[in-house]
Amino acid sequence: MKTIILRTASDFLLPVLLLFSLFILLRGHYLPGGGFIGGLVAAIAFVLDAFANGLKNTKTLLKIHPGFLMPVGLSLAFVSAVTPLFFDLPLMTGLWASEPIPVIGNLGSALFFDTGVYLVVIGASLTIIFTISEAA
Amino acid sequence: MSNLAILSPLLIHLLFSILLMFAWRSLKWQKSLTIIGNSIALAASIWVFILVYEHGTQTVQSGNWQAPFGITFVGDMLAVTLVLLTCISGFAVAIFSVVSVIKARLKFGYFSVFHFLLMGLIGAFLTGDIFNLYVWFEIIIISSFVLISLGGEKNQLEGAVKYFTLNFLASMIFLTALGVLYGLTGTLNMADLSQKIVLLENQALVEICAVLFLVGFGIKSAVFPLYFWLPASYHTPPSAVSAIFAGLLTKVGVYALIRVFTLIFVGDLFLETLLLSIAILSIFSGGIGALIQNNIRKVFSYLIICHIGFMIGGLGLFTTVAIAGTIFYLIHDIIVKTNLFLISGLIYRLRSTSSLQKLGGLYDQYPKISLLLAIPLFSLVGIPPLSGFWPKISLILAGFEQQNYWFVGAVIFGSLITLVVIAKVWSEAFWKEPKPVKKWKKFVDFSQLKQIQKAQLIFPIAFLSVVSLYIGFGAEHIQQLSERIANELMDNQQYIDAVFKTRTDAR
Repeated sequence: MKTIILRTASDFLLPVLLLFSLFILLRGHYLPGGGFIGGLVAAIAFVLDAFANGLKNTKTLLKIHPGFLMPVGLSLAFVSAVTPLFFDLPLMTGLWASEPIPVIGNLGSALFFDTGVYLVVIGASLTIIFTISEAA
Repeated sequence: MSNLAILSPLLIHLLFSILLMFAWRSLKWQKSLTIIGNSIALAASIWVFILVYEHGTQTVQSGNWQAPFGITFVGDMLAVTLVLLTCISGFAVAIFSVVSVIKARLKFGYFSVFHFLLMGLIGAFLTGDIFNLYVWFEIIIISSFVLISLGGEKNQLEGAVKYFTLNFLASMIFLTALGVLYGLTGTLNMADLSQKIVLLENQALVEICAVLFLVGFGIKSAVFPLYFWLPASYHTPPSAVSAIFAGLLTKVGVYALIRVFTLIFVGDLFLETLLLSIAILSIFSGGIGALIQNNIRKVFSYLIICHIGFMIGGLGLFTTVAIAGTIFYLIHDIIVKTNLFLISGLIYRLRSTSSLQKLGGLYDQYPKISLLLAIPLFSLVGIPPLSGFWPKISLILAGFEQQNYWFVGAVIFGSLITLVVIAKVWSEAFWKEPKPVKKWKKFVDFSQLKQIQKAQLIFPIAFLSVVSLYIGFGAEHIQQLSERIANELMDNQQYIDAVFKTRTDAR
């Protein structure tokens, strides 16, 4: 499916979709949304790129194997879930910075958990889709 | 510290499954990591057990959201005992897997998924929230799907499809029941449910809901007439995988039944009769099924069903003595059933076949190993003073007290048939002259293994046998423990207080 329209469009859509996925990831930390759906959007960005430019190009673009994102994301989520234990609070308690940071806003451990989920979702969905399209 | 305590085995398994994913490419690292991880988890679970044994029920309100709104993890005696047993079995099976599972399977993250499975089991035992229980069940079945289909042999996939379909159906029924229950009471916390469900006007709907739970958990724990998936699938994966399945996956269904029918749906005569009749029929059908099978692993699979009947029956009688018998049987059964499937793996390694007709001469060739294998086999039968004997006393005693002679008869019949089956296995596999077996091309015989590898096959079986022996000879301790658990279960006010205690304490 290498039409020039799709290829040109996907070149522009990839960064836009990735940016949008980041927006959804961050918006989720006070409003609805979050890591899971953001991860799916990011995965779709790469899938679209693979449709237009071929799987090989997308893989070189990614540089690392998407499967590697799974343990990275899981460990990020794990650390953010375990951190409250060191403050003598139960597992997964949300820890929040006392002062909001300019521009970014109030940081909390929930954001890191969500980022972990985001990475796991990208990793898992891309691994599945890449494996299926390679086998086909 | 109390926040960390009861969840530590769970977190250790999660941590190690993540670490194992990082070590994806190096099998050597994975093998060492999994043994280290399981040892630490075992140590942690012993610590948790002692903590709860001395200080009573511990609770953690995850995310610091108080019950009944947040998810509560409750470490009462029953839960931590099962966590300890899970870690013991996990430890043994992990060591056994290092040698017995072939490289093609290990390469695709076998150990990582194995740790996820153990994490799911521990989570299911500890959670005090019924929807969270569903989530842990999902983690368990997803991991077990991976383990059962890893390797992708033809008959393995056939077993996996059957396993998948029925467990999926069970989850759906469980979820439906959850929905109904939430619609009725507006809460999912089990302690809160226990208080609110008695106040409901529409008790007929509660009963229907209870039956839905019974069907859902019944499929998972493989009781009559919902057990057909079990013998069709448990003999297909590698024996290390079937060991953990046999030891723990059906027992988690039994645990859920015990928890739900002692805490939420209490004292319903119809349900008790239903549970008892299911139990009696499970004992009969499992026992007779085991008699006619030829494959050694299928024989053991049917024995699982037979013995599930003992536990469900104890729950059905619903007296403290009967529940104590059920708990004791559960403790004994987890260790012995895990060991049985490890044994079937070892026998396969020794003879390259699982067919009883072709096996033979094991005692002649490996007298020491045979004597070791005799311990779990005869513990299962319950020859006094081995571990299977003691819980049956409680069960039969409770049956006489309730004047339920059908159940007493079924327990005696079940024990006798187990004896016949194990005697048959013993004479066929250990005493008879072996028949020639066509060996698979790449098959590595036991004698070709290195010394350390032999040790890694024998040690887990010896370890579990020692635990079985302790359960048999130290029966007094286990009986006291079971009675304590049974008292806690029958008087569920203590559980409810433990869950809500933190609410009054916290400012």
